[in-house]
Amino acid sequence: MARDGVFSRWRRTDKFEGMSGLSPSDCHDVHVLAVDDSLVDRKVIERLLKITSCKVTAVDSGRRALQFLGLDEEKSSVGFDGLKVDLIITDYCMPGMTGYELLKKIKGSITFREVPVVIMSSENVLARIDSCLEEGAEDFIVKPVKLSDVERLKDYMFGEDPIQGEGKGVNKRKLREACEISSSPSSSPPSISSSSPLSSQSLSSTPSPRSSSPSSPSSLDSPTRRLKMTNCGT
Amino acid sequence: RHRSRREQAQIMEVGQLQRKFVDYTASLFCEGFLDAQFTQLQQLQDESNPDFVVEVVSLFFEDTEKLLNDLTRALDQQIVDFKKVDAHVHQLKGSSSSIGAQRVRNACIAFRNFCEEQNTDACSKCLQQVKQEYSLAKNKLDTLFRLEQQIAEAGGAVPM
Repeated sequence: MARDGVFSRWRRTDKFEGMSGLSPSDCHDVHVLAVDDSLVDRKVIERLLKITSCKVTAVDSGRRALQFLGLDEEKSSVGFDGLKVDLIITDYCMPGMTGYELLKKIKGSITFREVPVVIMSSENVLARIDSCLEEGAEDFIVKPVKLSDVERLKDYMFGEDPIQGEGKGVNKRKLREACEISSSPSSSPPSISSSSPLSSQSLSSTPSPRSSSPSSPSSLDSPTRRLKMTNCGT
Repeated sequence: RHRSRREQAQIMEVGQLQRKFVDYTASLFCEGFLDAQFTQLQQLQDESNPDFVVEVVSLFFEDTEKLLNDLTRALDQQIVDFKKVDAHVHQLKGSSSSIGAQRVRNACIAFRNFCEEQNTDACSKCLQQVKQEYSLAKNKLDTLFRLEQQIAEAGGAVPM
């Protein structure tokens, strides 16, 4: 299937029905690293991510996650092109290394600190949410994880604010509003590439960065964002 | 077109099984055995992953049986390590929540409160409760899956 440059790569096929001349995107490129010590939860999160068209690598511990990323012994970042990771989603409570500790290690790494990290937890503890967000987590999902939670994550891949207000991740937005946090977790502005889409059916160029974008709230007024607003709620 | 008696009988059988399945599923939700998370899992099942729910639930069964054994052993010790007990219950609470096994999950919540109090007797009682709820949930789910299988064998589609 041709890659569609106008729309977010995350769109599910059913949203494109009736829109002539445009084909749904394949999203092969998006790679998520999921970390959870529970076998049941790993199976569920893997399915949730796959159904939203992500490639998934699921590991059972923070240690294994670091090994996968090549961070276990802080080796050089040369040659990690093949290990492009667009999002890391991790459980908080894990034996050995907690999700919080993993978060800190990732944010402390030059190679991977720009990768959005999302924390999952069965416990809705404000202090815990706060400390994770302070350490740079993109969002905090209260378990059990639902499809709507995972669909919301798509927004983090392209540096846009989540538009949907429902779901448990609203914690983060509420906290932001309450505390009037003006600074974003990441330091660099969103990188908007005007890479031309591959198919001849492409329309105007739009942001569709291949690498993980920083997550600062952006006021992109792109066709993608406008289209997202009309298509949100599903 | 004209259907043979046999085809008619088969269609009726499928219909009956489907109704049985729908009613049984509804009762499991009504009685609190299952919650919305189970529905969520059902929604993740499709032609490309036709056995998803059975697979996840089977993992849950395996995981739980191991946890219940660990818990039995842990509470049997002379000096009970409540941190360990709590960790096991926390894990069980999480997995039961992830598949929508509501009553098992609720039994775990009660259990954790007594772990905090370091009350061995109460914890033992809670363990019995959790085992009971698990056993019920397993029976119910096994029955549900058997019904699904019967529908498929009779040539019908499982209503979701």
